Amino acid sequence: MVDVLSDTNTGITPAEVVDVELYHPKSWWTTYIFSQDAKVIAIQYALTAMAIGMVALVLSWLMRLQLGFPGTFSFIDPSQYLQFITMHGMIMVIYLLTALFLGGFGNYLIPLMVGARDMVFPYVNMLSYWIYLLAVVVLVATFFVPGGPTGAGWTLYPPQAILSGTPGGNEWGIILMLASLILFIIGFTMGGLNYVVTVLQARTRGMTLMRMPLTVWGIFTATVMALLAFPALFVAAVMMLLDRALGTSFFMPTLQEMGQLMKYGGGSPLLFQHLFWFFGHPEVYIVALPAFGIVSDLISTHARKNIFGYRMMVWAIVAIGALSFVVWAHHMYVSGMHPQFGFFFATTTLIIAIPTAIKVYNWVLTLWRGDIHLTVPMLFALAFIVTFVNGGLTGLFLGNVVVDVPLSDTMFVVAHFHMVMGVAPIMVVFGAIYHWYPKITGRMLNDGLGKFHFWVTFLGAYAVFFPMHYVGLQGMPRRYHDIGETSFIPASAHDLNAFISVAALIVGAAQLVFVFNLAWSLFKGKEAGGNPWGATTLEWQTPQTPPAHGNWGKELPIVYRWAYDYSVPGAPRDFVPQNEPPGGFAVQGARA
Amino acid sequence: MAETALTNTVVPHPRPPGWQGIVADWSSDQRAFKNVPWGKAMMWIFLLSDTFIFGCFLLAYMTARMSTTVPWPNPSEVFALEIAGHHIPLILIAIMTFVLISSSGTMAMAVNFGYRRDRVKTAILMLVTAVLGAAFVGMQAFEWTKLIMEGVRPWENPWGAAQFGSSFFMITGFHGTHVTFGVIFLIIIARKVWRGDFDHGRRGFFTSRRGNYEVVEIMGLYWHFVDLVWVFIFAFFYLW
Ligand code: HEM
Ligand SMILES: [Cu+2]
Repeated sequence: MVDVLSDTNTGITPAEVVDVELYHPKSWWTTYIFSQDAKVIAIQYALTAMAIGMVALVLSWLMRLQLGFPGTFSFIDPSQYLQFITMHGMIMVIYLLTALFLGGFGNYLIPLMVGARDMVFPYVNMLSYWIYLLAVVVLVATFFVPGGPTGAGWTLYPPQAILSGTPGGNEWGIILMLASLILFIIGFTMGGLNYVVTVLQARTRGMTLMRMPLTVWGIFTATVMALLAFPALFVAAVMMLLDRALGTSFFMPTLQEMGQLMKYGGGSPLLFQHLFWFFGHPEVYIVALPAFGIVSDLISTHARKNIFGYRMMVWAIVAIGALSFVVWAHHMYVSGMHPQFGFFFATTTLIIAIPTAIKVYNWVLTLWRGDIHLTVPMLFALAFIVTFVNGGLTGLFLGNVVVDVPLSDTMFVVAHFHMVMGVAPIMVVFGAIYHWYPKITGRMLNDGLGKFHFWVTFLGAYAVFFPMHYVGLQGMPRRYHDIGETSFIPASAHDLNAFISVAALIVGAAQLVFVFNLAWSLFKGKEAGGNPWGATTLEWQTPQTPPAHGNWGKELPIVYRWAYDYSVPGAPRDFVPQNEPPGGFAVQGARA
Repeated sequence: MAETALTNTVVPHPRPPGWQGIVADWSSDQRAFKNVPWGKAMMWIFLLSDTFIFGCFLLAYMTARMSTTVPWPNPSEVFALEIAGHHIPLILIAIMTFVLISSSGTMAMAVNFGYRRDRVKTAILMLVTAVLGAAFVGMQAFEWTKLIMEGVRPWENPWGAAQFGSSFFMITGFHGTHVTFGVIFLIIIARKVWRGDFDHGRRGFFTSRRGNYEVVEIMGLYWHFVDLVWVFIFAFFYLW
């Protein structure tokens, strides 16, 4: 199988320290603010993403208040409701999850895990963050401009997105939204190129691709996908901006507004949908693949067992990445496109379930007879498996045209995608933060608060999204401010809605505990030491914790084995770090 | 960048046959692409991403053109010029294309001299490339002006489908922006070459890294890409 103890590297001399000409900061400003160190940039990315994520969380509270108790909160009017869902969806998917997984975890973990001193182009990496911050600022600005943010839904479908009937449609909202997306894409590209080249070209001695931790594989593949998928969104945003600002008609058919014939004509709204979903579906996997990778490492580490089927896991990640570019139109079954397209895209969608299922089996088989430590990261990892399987199953429903058509635009869809791309990746985000916080700060997060946070979040998320499937099956539509007296929706659904809202408020409040824990443990947390979990990957073997500028001491580490040597028979400890030479026990093991 | 000269990356075993060999090559130690400097790898990947952008633009334009119910203006007529009493279709575009392709030639020569560390010739050829690029942008500005005077706007034109003007300004504008950025960077890098930065290992102002002549080649990659894209725009927009 994997060349755990192959002899290829035994005779290697210590790697010469290649001069990568790190930028050495001279002042406080260039150390902490305009830093070119990937670790600082990672923290900047993560904090910004979490801050804007809190906005999205508050928006979800407001939405749930309205849905659970219609008519009670008079300050939420229908257009505001639409603005809330739009900003909530957009922020969660792009500005929180994409930025956090790639900009945050990517920046922190890639150089450390592959044994590099930094990203290959630290200066460009720094620009990436500042442009991202600018995109966030522009996004936040939409809350304060006349007309408020856009209410077009996170999909921004034209023609409605730029018509006066949509909040922000003929004012600043949509313009700033599109501008912010364009900025985000530019900033992301700068970072993304760095992540990809660092993985491909800047690994340390012995770190072949097939020895990389799955975390790196997940983030790497997701970044490649993002570099190929964001262009479609970029083009769509530019074209819609032209439609809105200059009056071109790329996406705008001939239409009347308030009885008046508009100046538009001859454009294709369907074209936008194709462009959007050519980005939008891969985007789902852009947030899912890093989660897949990270969760593999969490499970393996905290179950003290090697990951089951490492090669299969890698190939599954790559296969999912490739396949996800040919499934986009499963979001368009009701758009009026040719039915044969529906057949094609339903087929590809179901095929993607195969590599995904392989991954799930492998996680479960890794756990099988492992020495499972129910630490907080492990709890979150387990919660991920459950929620992901749950969301994946409803995905199989929705992937079929005949099932999707009646369910489209109901709360069932909302429940599905929250399970699969909302709750599941967020579980991994939390697990990963509990796992790597000790490396980043040198202190452990408080365990009791962590367990409390876990149970409220996990059970609460189920309380929110499980009943939502049922409400959706009853026919409750999504993106409705108030469904009013609707004969086909039974009273029980209304009660459930109130229940969901209460649960959502509790889940949201539990996140404050988490934020408190982050701040408190920074000063009062238990000292972590270099490798508190007994993990094998390189980031836990740094000479200092938190790792210093340049990550490694004078010499780069040399890698002798894959990342999953846990509980190796005959080894003195139950883990063997990747950079431990195959002396001592390993030779005995191999020759016995 | 000293890292770029790393040539001693070990290939421990003879290569396994077939697919396994390909995988083994790609996933081998330290570098997927042996002896390819970081900057060059980065430029290639950027260009791949940029290809998707131009691809989407062109596909969107083709969709608009194929689905419009109003006749599409005839490009040969629209882009014709009266020169000395002769009505010559597409003449300006032909010249522009010629200029841009020629600039690829001078760029290739600059790269060649860059590898010979011929400071002066490299710098001069890069400047020639920049001048040709600027000439291209200038002619494009002329073409835009002419069309605007004739009443072409992003939202309408006198001859047919409104999407004609929309796509024209959008695609040539986006490409022209690429050329303009290219010209700016050509001048910056030519200055560095001229000054001998790459011979003395002078550190960059922003990055504080030492550059080397590979930068010239990386610049060349970008430039050839921009030319290649133009060929597609030429074929799909003007010749169709
Ligand atoms: C406390 C957690 C959350 C709650 C209570 C929540 C609640 C909601 C609600 C009520 C809607 C609007 C339903 C409608 O009327 O159409 C919504 C939409 C949405 N949410 Fe969440 N959400 C949460 C977390 C997330 C996360 C983590 C993501 C990240 C992927 C996410 C992504 C979205 C998206 C993409 C939409 C669709 C917006 C649209 O229709 O344009 N949500 N959410
Ligand atoms: Cu999809």
